[in-house]
Amino acid sequence: MPIGELFRKNYKYIELTKKNEAGKLEGEEKAVPSIPDDLLIKCPSCSEKLYKEALAENMYCCTACGHHFRINAKERLQEIADEGSFEEIDRTMVSVNTLDYPEYEKKIASYQEKSGNYDGVVTGTCSIEGHKVVIGVMDSTFMMGSMGSVVGEKITRAIEMADAEKLPLVIFTASGGARMQEGIMSLMQMAKTSSALKRFSDNGGLYITVITDPTTGGVTASFAMLGDIIIGEKGALIGFAGKRVIEQTIKQKLPDEFQTVEFLLEHGFIDAIAPREELKELLARILSLHQEVQ
Amino acid sequence: MMTIKEKEQKIEELNLKISELKLIEENEGIDFQEQIEELNDKIKEIEDLIVKEMTPWDRVLTSREKKRPTALEYIQEIFEDFVELHGDRYFGDDKAIVGGIARIDDFKVTVIGEQKGMNTKDNIYRNFGMPAPEGYRKALRLMKQAEKFNRPIITFIDTPGAFCGVSAEERGQGEAIARNLMEMAGLKVPVISFIIGEGGSGGALAVAVSDKIYMLENSIYGVLSPEGFASILWKDGSRAQEAADVMKITAEDLADLKIIDGIIKEPVGGAHKDFKKVSTSVKEIILSELESLTKLNNSELVNKRYERFRAFGEFKIVE
Repeated sequence: MPIGELFRKNYKYIELTKKNEAGKLEGEEKAVPSIPDDLLIKCPSCSEKLYKEALAENMYCCTACGHHFRINAKERLQEIADEGSFEEIDRTMVSVNTLDYPEYEKKIASYQEKSGNYDGVVTGTCSIEGHKVVIGVMDSTFMMGSMGSVVGEKITRAIEMADAEKLPLVIFTASGGARMQEGIMSLMQMAKTSSALKRFSDNGGLYITVITDPTTGGVTASFAMLGDIIIGEKGALIGFAGKRVIEQTIKQKLPDEFQTVEFLLEHGFIDAIAPREELKELLARILSLHQEVQ
Repeated sequence: MMTIKEKEQKIEELNLKISELKLIEENEGIDFQEQIEELNDKIKEIEDLIVKEMTPWDRVLTSREKKRPTALEYIQEIFEDFVELHGDRYFGDDKAIVGGIARIDDFKVTVIGEQKGMNTKDNIYRNFGMPAPEGYRKALRLMKQAEKFNRPIITFIDTPGAFCGVSAEERGQGEAIARNLMEMAGLKVPVISFIIGEGGSGGALAVAVSDKIYMLENSIYGVLSPEGFASILWKDGSRAQEAADVMKITAEDLADLKIIDGIIKEPVGGAHKDFKKVSTSVKEIILSELESLTKLNNSELVNKRYERFRAFGEFKIVE
């Protein structure tokens, strides 16, 4: 923080926190919602014990408090794409070890095995209530949805496909940011995807972004914030710098709503927020306001 | 083994010794030619050693050197009639990005620079060269203005990264950077960039979606700082030196990866040791690039820039 800012009075959410022995800020470790294989699962928000099956039926939203659990790309597509309409492209694109980073291939392989996907985004075409679109869904379960060459290339190809076939483009973002293990090449993906979006936009293409939990770093600072229309999924975290990084820099604890889609809506950076159950209908309505179902 | 700093000190001592001998020579008429030559050889030897032993981490340190010339110093040295233009027209005037219009030979250009402080007080004023969203929006405003008046754009990059803080998030740091990347891709005028110190991640890229990108020999450009890299991947920020070794952030590495177009030589010890020489090299490159880039028409220029960034990425298709 610039020293000058210390003397400004605009900190409405300053809370001084003590450091514990480990040097971490209190309350820093928030439970990360995840879905284990157990029968029962505890809601990280209201602590209600939920049947996994019932949770899945409820689009992975807590039946008691509505908390949205993180979902992977496959689950997302099941909710958004009309049944049987999704056709994947570039499925088998895989990363190479640009930096010769130790054990990188091994790490990728283990994520591939776990997720059944080859990298952090799934792209293709589908219809949403009859509207044909090119769709990209990032997957936070694959190395935190981090963007390396593969994610950048697949997103770029999806943009180019939407441009060539004159289809609307819908991207669900979920990413921890640039993939550190691919160094400068991951940084360049920000420029690559944004350049492709410039062409698509100049050619009149419609691009809708749906921000899902969590969207940060290099993805926020490129295609996530470039939608003609930006929708936030209720409660999703979105930011440029990591919350922990900011807290450590300014030695203050930030409030829960900081860097949420609600926070960004308030500051004018997002068009609308919807709960998961309403996303598909909202997307369909926006699409229908741009073109009729053919 | 002597560190670089110690070697530099040694060189300074030897230079002082030479001056002393020359003074005595002049005043007393004694001939020290042989001794002076010997000392000069010794200096050359240490200099060669410095260059040979320069590790990526040494370059990181040199890129952050306090005396390293900043964007405004290059602007003042290279251009004439510089008029600084302020503000983003929405919120404020970020001091970590400077910009304006100027002349270089017969070319009228727009110049933009990420500006670090020249001393501690100035660094506070400049927020240590970490731009806020309004800085990027100011840069974009000036670039769009350049396009309107068909002026080429020269940018100087020197930032540890975009500012990370509450105010930056509130005012959309991510959106500001994203917008610049997208809009720069479509600029119909030539854009030439020079990384003169630190090229810190998205904060650097936001003014570097350019037709030509050059780096000073001891500048760095990467997805984040070596400290950040070590802290994220190894949970240990103190392993930054090791990180610098694997990250490929030096000018040489980036030229190999074709991320940049060329490297500008620096004197031993860094650009501040002979600023005149370094700024002259920068000026020569600007002039020769302007000469060739201004020959391209709008769509050739935009297409070439698109192809450049479109090509970045390494992947394979498996079956």
